[in-house]
Amino acid sequence: MKASKPAARKRPAKSFKRKQQSRRDFLRASVLTAGMVGASLLGFIPVLQGSSMRLRPPGAIKTPDDEQEFFAACIKCGQCVQVCPVEAIKLADMNDGFGIGVPFLDARAQACDFSCDGLQCVLACPTGALTHDLDYPADTRMGFARLARPDACLAAQGKGFKGQARGPDFPGILRYEEVDRWNPIPVADHPYDLELCDLCVRQCPIEIRIAQCAENASDDQRDLARVAQQMGHECPPKHAISLQPLESDDGVTRMRPVVQEGCVGCGVCEMICPVESAAIVVDLDKNADTLGG
Amino acid sequence: MRYIRDSLKQVFGFRVPRPAKEQQSPEVKAIYERKKGELTKEELEKVRREHKGTFLNKWQKRRWATLVFVNFLFVASYYFDVQLVEGSLSGARVIGFHMADLNSALQIALAYKHIVLNLVIGMVSVFVFWMLLGGRTFCSWVCPYHLLSEWAEYLHFWLVKKGLVKDHPFNRKVRGVFYVVFALLALVTGYTVFETVSPTGILSRALIYGPGLALIWVGLLLLFEVVYSRRAWCRYVCPIGVTYGMVGVFSPVRVKYNAEACHHEGDCRKVCLVPHVLDLTIRGGAVEVNQDVASDCTRCGMCVDVCPTDSLTYEIKGLSKMLK
Repeated sequence: MKASKPAARKRPAKSFKRKQQSRRDFLRASVLTAGMVGASLLGFIPVLQGSSMRLRPPGAIKTPDDEQEFFAACIKCGQCVQVCPVEAIKLADMNDGFGIGVPFLDARAQACDFSCDGLQCVLACPTGALTHDLDYPADTRMGFARLARPDACLAAQGKGFKGQARGPDFPGILRYEEVDRWNPIPVADHPYDLELCDLCVRQCPIEIRIAQCAENASDDQRDLARVAQQMGHECPPKHAISLQPLESDDGVTRMRPVVQEGCVGCGVCEMICPVESAAIVVDLDKNADTLGG
Repeated sequence: MRYIRDSLKQVFGFRVPRPAKEQQSPEVKAIYERKKGELTKEELEKVRREHKGTFLNKWQKRRWATLVFVNFLFVASYYFDVQLVEGSLSGARVIGFHMADLNSALQIALAYKHIVLNLVIGMVSVFVFWMLLGGRTFCSWVCPYHLLSEWAEYLHFWLVKKGLVKDHPFNRKVRGVFYVVFALLALVTGYTVFETVSPTGILSRALIYGPGLALIWVGLLLLFEVVYSRRAWCRYVCPIGVTYGMVGVFSPVRVKYNAEACHHEGDCRKVCLVPHVLDLTIRGGAVEVNQDVASDCTRCGMCVDVCPTDSLTYEIKGLSKMLK
């Protein structure tokens, strides 16, 4: 206290310069703060516009029209990216604003085919942004498939499909259990020869699961309990997609894929659809639950 | 207590006043008294010349190597699928063990308003890890942005020397303001707003998962530091540094100052990212003969390298004594 007295006497001499200096200081600091905070708040724009809405990995805590909780809970570390065997998960860039570093899928390029079996991304998530409440692929609610371009659908035209589903250069991979139980292979390495195109139904992970359940169950009914254990008490899941006949007057068999309540929105149908651009797509604004309610 | 108080003050940008004569120990007063009139320019030049022979930027080399190695571990773990360090700097599993960056976890806790057990485990392990290793050690030994901004700083110095640019320091209190503002923004908006501009997160992800548009932002930050304000992000903005500055308060790994041979010429303060922590090297600035540098110090070792009289050294409290 004693020491402060002479300093106080000196102050008036410095006062003007000092005041100006501290005013400049304050102004510059304010501009820096406003600039940085302003820049970070630009991240709001894509969120408000809805352009940051994307197909998210299984278990993402979001509703079809609100991803706020998911963005908030995600630590943007990418551990989900690292465990995915089909490398379906990517991290969003700056143009997603607050969604930067948040995982998403581009279904057409590489969908989630659940070939990890155990929902590895969910298990890898350290923050519960991909919720552990999820036990089986069939519990997933990523979106809901829709036949967006019925006229383009090969089955609806009564056409078959022969060759590589997405051409020779398509890098996407899927697990074909009959080829390799453990490792996914390029779709390009697995050509088809179909009388009537049913790729969206044939490759649907949920439909594949149902078929497995049926196979195992018919082997030995007494073993059903064991099978259910293996399948995770979710055997069989509800149907996700099926081909239903279309009426035709020219004798050609025409079918139409119909999406059903078991659809989880994984996007495999969109990925495998051989026409450009895909006849069937995954909608983000719906899922199996919101349809029911 | 004094160390904790002064450290926290500096972390939030407040000035720690020079100690009054009454606060100084008689030993350190005697040293200052003895040095009066003894420190000549020739004397200083002599020790500087002598020091040049042994001056090899030893700690800077070790630090850069560590920084590159740690970030390489992240990258390699993903590319070669060796699963040593999965994830990125914001959150990772180290040999299966959860680690979560304290600041990222804090932003999540505020935005999401829940916190899951795995995240708590990750936070505790990171807290203990950096508490043992020095807190802001994270900044200079691990953060990839630190390395880039160190290089940008050399460019800045060169341009200053040419007279092309000038350093514009900001009031350091602005860092405390940023810390509070980003915390409030997370709480109010429900989004981890800071992550949108965090060059640490952006760079770590870019290294591991591939580059993106966000690198433009990092480039702009570096440009700002080169042409306008030296090391601006680390000095005035980054809340990660503030978080680890607080963690470091409890750390045994510190830089120790010994007043005995010090020439008070200030070479250390010139190279320091946070020169206010070295105010104790100014003549009359120390309270004790041996005094620890406060926790806002990033333990980068630049001052240890540059000090011509070895008055600044690394120490591990407790351990160093035992080793002697």
